[in-house]
Amino acid sequence: MTTTVYVPRDATALALGAEAVAQAIAGEARRRGIEVRLVRNGSRGAFFVEPLVEVAAPGGRIAYGPVAAADVVSLFDAGFLDGGAHALKLGRADEITFLERQERLTFARVGIVDPLSVEDYRAHGGFRGLERALAMAPADIVKEVTDSGLRGRGGAAFPAGIKWKTVLDASTAEPGKPQFAQSTQKYIVCNADEGDSGTYSDRMLMEGDPLCLVEGMIIAGLAVGATQGYIYLRCEYPHAHRALLAAIANAYAAGWLGADIAGSGRRFDLEVRLGAGAYICGEETSLLESLEGKRGQIRFKPPLPAIKGLFGKPTVVNNVITLASVPIVLERGAEFYRNYGSGRSRGTLPLQLAGNLKRTGLVEKAFGVTLRELLYDYGGGSYSGRPIRAVQVGGPLGAYLSESQLDTVVDYEAFAAIGAMLGHGGIVAFDDSVDMLEQARYAMEFCAVESCGKCTPCRIGSTRGVEVIERIRAGIDRERNLELIDDLCDTMRHGSLCALGGLTPDPVLSAIKHFPEDFAPRTAA
Amino acid sequence: MRQARRAIPLKIDTGAALPPPQREAVREALDAHRGAPGALLPVLHAVQARLGCVPDAAIGVIADDLNLSRADVHGVVSFYHFFRSAPAGRRIVYICRAEACQALGARALEAHAKATLGIGFHETTADGAITLEPVYCLGNCGCGPSVLVGADELHARVTPATFDILVAKARAGT
Repeated sequence: MTTTVYVPRDATALALGAEAVAQAIAGEARRRGIEVRLVRNGSRGAFFVEPLVEVAAPGGRIAYGPVAAADVVSLFDAGFLDGGAHALKLGRADEITFLERQERLTFARVGIVDPLSVEDYRAHGGFRGLERALAMAPADIVKEVTDSGLRGRGGAAFPAGIKWKTVLDASTAEPGKPQFAQSTQKYIVCNADEGDSGTYSDRMLMEGDPLCLVEGMIIAGLAVGATQGYIYLRCEYPHAHRALLAAIANAYAAGWLGADIAGSGRRFDLEVRLGAGAYICGEETSLLESLEGKRGQIRFKPPLPAIKGLFGKPTVVNNVITLASVPIVLERGAEFYRNYGSGRSRGTLPLQLAGNLKRTGLVEKAFGVTLRELLYDYGGGSYSGRPIRAVQVGGPLGAYLSESQLDTVVDYEAFAAIGAMLGHGGIVAFDDSVDMLEQARYAMEFCAVESCGKCTPCRIGSTRGVEVIERIRAGIDRERNLELIDDLCDTMRHGSLCALGGLTPDPVLSAIKHFPEDFAPRTAA
Repeated sequence: MRQARRAIPLKIDTGAALPPPQREAVREALDAHRGAPGALLPVLHAVQARLGCVPDAAIGVIADDLNLSRADVHGVVSFYHFFRSAPAGRRIVYICRAEACQALGARALEAHAKATLGIGFHETTADGAITLEPVYCLGNCGCGPSVLVGADELHARVTPATFDILVAKARAGT
């Protein structure tokens, strides 16, 4: 009998040694003359037990982890293929405490299926949402997404259905162009330029269940009348790139992409385009410029991309997680999805625990969970064992929060109320060794490195910001320079077109506000 | 007598300044992507994948072929951190500088890397083996500090000691 063994090919699992483990298992099985079917799944998202090896058993998948290549012989000796006892045995994979209490809608298949297999995807409920959408009128698909309450998961939290409706209703006619040159093209663009530090849910989804993103994009195409999709992927994600290319090729081969989606006569084509290491291209108008083959510089809005987007045509630009949440909305209905969540934040959010935490990984929960639960119940406190002092949520443009703010619930409005943002759901914890002045300085430095250069307050202000903070560090005119940084941040916030210049003040000012002791005069040590 | 209008002769850059193998690589990249809408980034990626950089002498060829100005192409090459005009060392070592890695000691790792390699960011060791580059997030934020070696060799929880081992391996070409 052939036993199926799962070893993740997720980038984090690989970074922790999963490739060597997979090779060791294949080699040892050969040596012992045992037939093993090795499936390279995504990661379930509990990084503290990665590389997580799972064995398919009649009662469910049995997990062992964290497995090193050196453990493989002893695993075979312990009979792990039959679920044998071993020091690394964790029991049933889905009963690992960290995973058991999650509410996985978007990530339901990640870590479970073979990411590249269309058959496996189908067997786990894949393409059911698309099948339903194929039988619906475009306006009804849009209504379903609007009713679900799904908001953009990239950070801005704009209602997805309203964006889609704008594109559906937008005219493709270009005044002044002769009739023969008119085209009715609209586009679906997936923003997979996940550049925020502390975030990796896009990457995990693209590596662990890329067909879910493909399905979401096809549904978006049907909803707004677009036949061409682009996934704009950052080049720092080579593993996700490979997974997407293979999954898309398989979807084409199985007839889910191309001129005749599942025999419906409808068309949707999908292409992956690589970015080239510019954080700013995560901003939607920069991304469109980059897709058009230009420098990734911000565009003025209006016109909105929904009206004049890629190549001047109406374009849906949505984040990976937004699009990957669409299949379940269509499959289970708007009501099912909106029953999760709190306040005006409906559904679930895949949160990413990062930085100095004992148990890092992906936690998909309905909105309403508190930061403290995430950091301590899921995260298990700091990795270093020292007290957690600061938390940054929402990437490099997110505010730094202090201990007293940890009871904030994960909800777009609740975060806005304390001057913070949920962003893409990345949560980075720092222990008490952090120097918040250095973090504030870094925020300005990052803005200087990544500014597209269009707006002066961002392009020049960020460099001046670094200098001012360095003067505060050196104790030069401290009071006046603190006032100056306040003033500079005000200029950047109100004088920048996009979030990079506009939100860099958030980490800087929150660090000064919540951790003033780090900006106090320093006595020479 | 009417003076003849001065015409600016159209000079197509055929890449004469490039060594033939490089010219061929640029030509192939253009042939593969020319027809795609917004072809410039795919072309530059293809050129860099083959040549390790986008040589200045290739800019005119690419510009003329895609009907862009040289300024457009040069502007794109210089805008994006990933594209380089000169070849890197034999292996590029990327150290993540972003916050999640900082929370686990990336600042100390960065200082250690610069000190032991004797170079700063964007520089190459004297023996031409290692180029050190900063990167702002590799999506491995749960298990930092993160280091990427070459195109896709990702490492988690890198300490100064394991960094030295990585570099030794990269130097040996394994």
